[in-house]
Amino acid sequence: MRLHLRARWLAAAVFGLGAAGHADVLPEDRTDVLYHRYEGGGLTVQGPSVLIRKKFGDSFSASYQYYEDLITSASIDVLSQASAYKEKRTQHNFNLDYLHGSTLYSVGFIYSGEPDYKSNTGFFNVSQSMFGDLTTVSFGFTQGWDKVGEVDKGVFQKYVGDADHRNWSLGLSQVLTRNMLLGLNFETDENDGYLQSPYRGVRFVDPFASKGYSFGPAVAPNTRTGTAGSAQLKYYLPWHAALDGNYRLYSDTWGILANTVKVGYTQPLFTNWTLEATARYYWQRHASFYSDLYAFEDSQNFTSRDRELAQFHSLTLGLGGSWEFHPGWPHWVDKGTLNFNYNRLRIDYQDFHNNLIPSPVPGDEPLYTLDANVMQFFISFWY
Amino acid sequence: MSKTVSYKIVSPLLLAAVLLGSMLLGGCSPIEPWVKPYEREHLADPIMSFDRNPISNGYLDHVFEVREGARGATGSVGGGCGCN
Repeated sequence: MRLHLRARWLAAAVFGLGAAGHADVLPEDRTDVLYHRYEGGGLTVQGPSVLIRKKFGDSFSASYQYYEDLITSASIDVLSQASAYKEKRTQHNFNLDYLHGSTLYSVGFIYSGEPDYKSNTGFFNVSQSMFGDLTTVSFGFTQGWDKVGEVDKGVFQKYVGDADHRNWSLGLSQVLTRNMLLGLNFETDENDGYLQSPYRGVRFVDPFASKGYSFGPAVAPNTRTGTAGSAQLKYYLPWHAALDGNYRLYSDTWGILANTVKVGYTQPLFTNWTLEATARYYWQRHASFYSDLYAFEDSQNFTSRDRELAQFHSLTLGLGGSWEFHPGWPHWVDKGTLNFNYNRLRIDYQDFHNNLIPSPVPGDEPLYTLDANVMQFFISFWY
Repeated sequence: MSKTVSYKIVSPLLLAAVLLGSMLLGGCSPIEPWVKPYEREHLADPIMSFDRNPISNGYLDHVFEVREGARGATGSVGGGCGCN
């Protein structure tokens, strides 16, 4: 929980909803087996994931996904206020699709569990094709119920609160020309309850402390409403390649404003290879109550030193490769792909200082930067 | 005289009503797809999918969401090309 907190229920929902396809066809029957590894900033998160999807008759399709995070953390947050730890998170996604005419209905449930955080999420999504299948519109609703706890040295201590989440989404996919697709997404989410990490405190000036500062408890608001809108374009290039661009704007009641720009290029090579390159830039303004160093303890109603709420920008460069093969056995497998994906992530914080580097004046430490490697290997089968 | 005047007034109104009516009725007729099914070969190519590998995209979304304040609106709603 120390790593993820309130983001997970939505992330989990994305896992489940991401498989939604055209409204007039059921998603493809496929199985993916993935190994993922994130390494950076003293944190390693790795584990397997398996996604199985199968049609039943002409109208139903069901999927199940297992996902696991094995976390070893000695991040700056942990080293500043606690000690390194290891923990495991598992997630189970269940999804059922029903196709009726040009309408696709999806329902699902997601459970995520780890020693100090339990999350249950239900979702519903409906998609409709229209105008000669040139347009697909979708609507989704997600409700999450979380239980936030506290663990000390691997032993569960107590539950510190509940957090509820509701999310509404609207989507539009539009064929613009014979070579161009447009996607529009709009989401709004409401969160209420315990919306902070029990492990992360705030830093304030303390003239009596040897370092010149001390840590105290953080107090986040118990409601948060966010809105996000995005547009993406995909263009087919004449030499059999694809170019895509994506822009997203986000703002919420905590004062965070964020812009995300992503571009990608996909190039099939020879007969069996597909290569992909992506670049993603992200910038966010800090939450209105965030501070790296408060002037004194309890200096305002709401306080936080969560890096996720700081002001920063980040750049992620990615490369991916896929090799397609057609196994003769078992006979019911149509094709398979072996895939590799690597992303290099760098975050430059603009108001989060590295307090692990001693400084004669609190707050004068160098700004923190994070470099991380994100890798995925996966094999996929279609049947 | 009054008959002529009324014709002069009514005729343009009638014409406008007929034009408006035909436009409205035209709006009720099915929209002709401007990209015909046989023109969707490129759109049907797997490289044109917004979400070619859901398990991989979902994982990357997760990596970003736990480190950033922003979230949402990353889901793809399908290609919508009807070219299966």
